[in-house]
Amino acid sequence: MAAAFARSRFAPALTGLALIAALLALWQAAVALGFVSNLVAPAPTTIAASFPALIEEEGLLQRFLQTFLEAFAAASFAVLVGTPLGWWLHSKRWAGSAYENWVATFAAAPLVLLYPLFLVIFGRNAVTIVVMSFLTALPAVVLKTKEGLDGIKRVFINVGRSFRLTQPQIFWKIMLPAAVPTICNGVRLGLIYALISVVGIEFLINFGGLGELIDDLAQRWEIAMEFGAIFFVVLTSVCFFYITEKLERWIRHR
Amino acid sequence: MDQAQVIKRTARPRRGSLVTPIRVATLLGLWALWEAVAASGLLFRDVVPSSTKVVAALATLLVSPDFYYNLELTVAEVLVSLVLGASAGVAAGLALGAARFAGKAFEPYLHYLAPTPKIVFLPILLVLFGVGPGSKIAMGTLSCFFPMALSVATGVREVDAVLLRVGRSFNLSLAQTIRKIYLPSLVPPIATGLRLGLGVAIIGCLLAEIKMSNRGLGFIIMQDYAQFRIPAMYAALIAAFAIAGLGNALVSRFVRLPGGGS
Repeated sequence: MAAAFARSRFAPALTGLALIAALLALWQAAVALGFVSNLVAPAPTTIAASFPALIEEEGLLQRFLQTFLEAFAAASFAVLVGTPLGWWLHSKRWAGSAYENWVATFAAAPLVLLYPLFLVIFGRNAVTIVVMSFLTALPAVVLKTKEGLDGIKRVFINVGRSFRLTQPQIFWKIMLPAAVPTICNGVRLGLIYALISVVGIEFLINFGGLGELIDDLAQRWEIAMEFGAIFFVVLTSVCFFYITEKLERWIRHR
Repeated sequence: MDQAQVIKRTARPRRGSLVTPIRVATLLGLWALWEAVAASGLLFRDVVPSSTKVVAALATLLVSPDFYYNLELTVAEVLVSLVLGASAGVAAGLALGAARFAGKAFEPYLHYLAPTPKIVFLPILLVLFGVGPGSKIAMGTLSCFFPMALSVATGVREVDAVLLRVGRSFNLSLAQTIRKIYLPSLVPPIATGLRLGLGVAIIGCLLAEIKMSNRGLGFIIMQDYAQFRIPAMYAALIAAFAIAGLGNALVSRFVRLPGGGS
């Protein structure tokens, strides 16, 4: 029986879910038995019970929409600016040599630490959130666009030339389709970085959607709702990454 | 998902090319633009201060004993976070990578939780560990754990199967297999995990300090912001970036030492 279960396709997923259920039960028991204070870590059932209030009183869904729109705006700007920049770094060899390492360094820099500076320049508003998240998402789009274009096999372009395709035709019919999977990977990374950045900055500056909600609830000591909001953010992020990953795979296979 | 994925392919500048002059010209252009904006009055006074003011503030910061007092705490927090997060990450990575079933069952959770914004857990960590260094270390540890665990789990799966079969034929115990086969093969993924982990641990600790603390480099940044000492804030930010860059460079150097690394 156990061996048959272990061989089943669903066994790992069910085991993972069972462990989560066991941990939640343990947490519930620890709170019920008084080992963990309800004021520090409320029981999972208390957190679940706070969801209707989170949705009705705290506007969870509107806040989700706001966070998503900010992340989408930041990522869209990153794509609008990043893909031409990536193309430029690819097509002008001197620019690629001079600036690609700078963009890579920029990608690794802890940009989020600059948020006090952006607060001073743009104020405590959505512009700060979008601009910072745009800058966080930009390097991924630029580098992946360049990587995609650099990785096109020379023979494809030579075949295009042998068919006397013009430069724009070579770009639209050969280069772009060949580079699209890697560019999509960059767009996905940019979108993810933008979402992480938006939630983080909302939390830090106490403004906007889901990030602000968590900070607000923490300051009001609404512990159950605070845990509920954190759970919602984690769940949203996980779903978002899962969906974008599947989308990217779908595009790659087409 | 991680930064290694983004920055894995970067061009190396060619010797004797125009790269250096272009870079110098770009830096000079950016500096001139900065000075022009500072002098223009387009933004509120001192929001973009002249570079001379920032350099003076940086010099003042670097000779201030207060800076080193706060820096000491931040560096200690980051190092403790790195040790705790990396140790837990290596243990989890070994467990998930070595047992195929456990990897399939639990690794997707790590994979999807890794890129969630960890900063949202700060209120819980503040409640659990207080506003002192404990919550900052917890934040850094949490941030550092995921890249290390994922890097080691992937590394374990890539350990040469022949080595493992040889180990089994010599009747090695689990501890011996870990010590003599897994750990030597895992130097590059551990080093990569350390590099990525250090970066996020620094960010985690500094963000936690910026949000709520009474000591540390993040605290200095926030104090300067709150009192509108903008050149001093720029100087503290430059110091924070320099420390993050230095830490990354040190670990990258360490990455190259053991045998090529990543």
